[in-house]
Amino acid sequence: MSVDTILSFEEAMEKYDPVLGFEVHVELNTKTKMFSSAPNVFGDEPNSNVNEVCLGLPGVLPVVNKKAVESSILIGLALNCKIAEHCTFARKQYFYPDTPKNFQTSQYEDPICYDGWIDIELEDGTVFRVEIERAHMEEDAGKLTHMGGATGRIQGADFSLVDYNRSGVPLVEIVTKPIEGAGSRAPELAKAYVAAIREIVKNLGVSDAKMERGNVRCDANVSLRPYGQEKFGTRTETKNVNSLRAVENAVKFEIQRHAAVLDSGVLITQETRHWHEDTKSTTSGRPKSDADDYRYFPEPDLVPIVTSAAWVEELRATLPEPPAERRKRLQADWGYSDLEFRDVVNAGLMDQIEETVAAGATAAAARKWWMGEIARRAKLADVDPAELGVTPAVVVEIEKLIAAGSINDKLARKVLDGVLEGEGTPAEVVAKRGLAVVSDDGALQTAIDEALAAQPDVADKIRGGKVQAVGAIVGGVMKVTRGQADAARVRELILKTLGVEG
Amino acid sequence: MSASELIRSSAASMAAKLAAGEVTSVELVQAHLDRIAEVDGGERGVHAFLHVNAEEALAVAADVDARRAAGEELHELAGVPIAIKDLIVTKGQPTTAGSKILEGWMSPYDATVIKKIRAARMPMLGKTNLDEFAMGSSTEHSAYGPTRNPWDLDRIPGGSGGGSAAAVAAFEAPLALGTDTGGSIRQPGAVTGTVGVKPTYGAVSRYGAIAMASSLDQIGPVSRTVLDSALLQEVIGGHDPFDSTSLTDPSTGLADAARIGNVKGMKIGVIKELHGEGFQPGVENRFNESLELLRNAGAEIVEVSCPNFGYALGAYYLIMPSEASSNLAKFDGVRFGSRTLPAEGPLTIERVMGATRAAGFGDEVKRRIILGTYALSAGYYDAYYGSAQKVRTLIQRDFDAAFAQADVLISPTSPVTAFKLGEKLDDPLAMYLNDIATIPANMAGVPGLTLPGGLADEDGLPVGIQFLAPAREDARLYRVGAVLESLLEEQWGGPVLDKAPALASTAAKEAN
Repeated sequence: MSVDTILSFEEAMEKYDPVLGFEVHVELNTKTKMFSSAPNVFGDEPNSNVNEVCLGLPGVLPVVNKKAVESSILIGLALNCKIAEHCTFARKQYFYPDTPKNFQTSQYEDPICYDGWIDIELEDGTVFRVEIERAHMEEDAGKLTHMGGATGRIQGADFSLVDYNRSGVPLVEIVTKPIEGAGSRAPELAKAYVAAIREIVKNLGVSDAKMERGNVRCDANVSLRPYGQEKFGTRTETKNVNSLRAVENAVKFEIQRHAAVLDSGVLITQETRHWHEDTKSTTSGRPKSDADDYRYFPEPDLVPIVTSAAWVEELRATLPEPPAERRKRLQADWGYSDLEFRDVVNAGLMDQIEETVAAGATAAAARKWWMGEIARRAKLADVDPAELGVTPAVVVEIEKLIAAGSINDKLARKVLDGVLEGEGTPAEVVAKRGLAVVSDDGALQTAIDEALAAQPDVADKIRGGKVQAVGAIVGGVMKVTRGQADAARVRELILKTLGVEG
Repeated sequence: MSASELIRSSAASMAAKLAAGEVTSVELVQAHLDRIAEVDGGERGVHAFLHVNAEEALAVAADVDARRAAGEELHELAGVPIAIKDLIVTKGQPTTAGSKILEGWMSPYDATVIKKIRAARMPMLGKTNLDEFAMGSSTEHSAYGPTRNPWDLDRIPGGSGGGSAAAVAAFEAPLALGTDTGGSIRQPGAVTGTVGVKPTYGAVSRYGAIAMASSLDQIGPVSRTVLDSALLQEVIGGHDPFDSTSLTDPSTGLADAARIGNVKGMKIGVIKELHGEGFQPGVENRFNESLELLRNAGAEIVEVSCPNFGYALGAYYLIMPSEASSNLAKFDGVRFGSRTLPAEGPLTIERVMGATRAAGFGDEVKRRIILGTYALSAGYYDAYYGSAQKVRTLIQRDFDAAFAQADVLISPTSPVTAFKLGEKLDDPLAMYLNDIATIPANMAGVPGLTLPGGLADEDGLPVGIQFLAPAREDARLYRVGAVLESLLEEQWGGPVLDKAPALASTAAKEAN
């Protein structure tokens, strides 16, 4: 794999004006598939959620999933799109073993949703409007796993496995118009845009919206042009960039790579690129041109979808609170400062904190854990905090253990270690690792007596009324008990031993 | 009644005998199985069947007999056997579509029409031969060898459903299912002296019929009498939630229409463009005779013009291959059917798919896939597929105008009688012209029926008369068809198949 020369981002930005475009695929969480009654469930035994229709056996016919159409309309409405009164499906034809019919049933000329927009708020509060070209319905392909090769790609593989459980899962593909004028904010905008789409579909309840499961997948188009030039440069399309950080990094990398290629006087090859999380770079995929011939034609096995105004309005009435308004409400409810709240949003942790609060934690405790210890560990592990593996339930349980005096903050961090290492629930980790605080007053009294004997000056000061000096003795006790004591109880017992009122 | 007399009865009369206890379903099925064994196999056999489903057919028959003996109320056609065109998928029997690429494939599911056949407890005798993927007008494009016309074993039985038509004509089955994309039920009916109906598009579910051209394909009945086809369409028709193009109309009133028995005051339109030049004189004579009979029976014969029908064949040969090229893409050896590895070189997925399709498809199938792929290609789509769709609209308007003047339309079904095996195999255009009169109905989605109109003077071979009705007016076809049928049989003194030569037994040869 050759390593591409890249320019520094700053230099690239000095010379070139980036233009972006995104195709985001959203897997809908309908009970059944787009055109068949086979279950739409993630993670089951391969090739178990299939029937003759999604396997494309001879003689089968598709039937449109009404719920998927409704979900698509909801997405369109949330993206301020117009909803087509009449739209059709088409066949996109290409031979590939993940596509059982060797064509994908999709929408082509007349998408169900078109001409929308969404306002994206960047970290510093700048609002950037992204225009939506269309959102159309289609079916997902099966999942290929290439075996035996070093890269996990089809090149060099000995054989490939195919799982048709995903074949026919309903998808909505949201396509933006070209996004101009983002300048050096382009990578940040890219991340914020995908985050916003994810937030919207999750909020609508139409998708599980888990990027790590491929529920939301982003293809990022990047092109550069000299400042002042109207005509777009040649674009590349980086496929399946499947985390928010990766979207940001991939766009940044492609800008830097394009700039270096253009600087060397070479033309950009119009192609798909693959993002590599390990090297934080892209490599060449297959050449792609606008002349790719998919031989689209109207799907003759389906009749057009007609959306009555009454139906659309009925769906509009069910739209949940829009995310921007929700954010305002949550900030007020939680009492976070603007800065605190923006940090939470930017860390992608609003949902986690909302769920944590809903499950019984205070807003302050939820923020403390998610923005503190969990975010710190996520950074170390180089993943999004929400994807680290800690659930709101874990946070709530740890908080409860602290409140009950079973563990203290220091032990709680060890409990988190245990949870992340798969040792079970926080309570189970406490039991397995023997992390419970020492609450046996007898054992504590011994330690206190020893600490007081070791620091008689401090003991005298406390007796003399300098109650704040008690900290030094508490510290001594905690050291002896290796942190497994309830500091508040220790303090109480020290004061009692010395006959001082706390 | 002897077994040989029994198998010559109509399905309706077999049903009556079963109901009256004059015969059992096991006897009836066995008589047909014996007939199949006698005339179907061997080098000079009819070869209507690709698979004979004796065991299951007899088991279903025995079950029907037991239920009838127990006094259970049964469907009118319960116990009456039927043959199935091998384009329709069936559990428990292979489905080949007449192609090597599906050799040995067993469907894990039943077509909707098969579910209905099972629900009516009709024993399935087996699967009938067809041109590969229903592409052809002679059954010579079957990968498993041609079917022979029972009227003359050196002649074609029509196609693609030559197997179903020949099975019925040779008394190997009283009923069969066919599929009709451009005439595959009606043209074989015409050249074998049998009845066949292409129902209104959407009247019968296509679920489980291996698609050639989705917007044109339609399953329909094949029989020896008009009433039998009506009874069978009532069994297989009706709405199916598994077929989005299925109509919601109930499948009723068809047999009643066949029993009305008069055409007084009915306006019958003769399509100016579908007789005369290009039609064999014997065909033309029988056609004119039928017109005269209908006129004498009180129908009003009017002439209608459908000027765009002249473009129908050309437009059909763009739309049909376009859809076929897409529908047949799934046959790649990856998930089902036969797989062929390339003789040499690396085993990549593309090369295995390519080798499978090169070995698995016959010439006519490849011809249509190539044609359709080309017609849908970027830069050609508007000129070919797009223009063809416009012609389709014009044909629909021609029908609208014609049906404003007439209740039903009439034409010869096929311009010629059965030709010799091999005669047109190297001339695709000559082969395609066989469907000139049947294609417009598929392009417009309207129903069409063929019935025997007698024998051509010059060759003594059957001629078909076609009726066409407006969409969802299938009942009109059965009404007028049954009347013409009875007028003709009165004239002939019995069914036209009585004039067919007796078939020599090929059973002895088969045993060798």
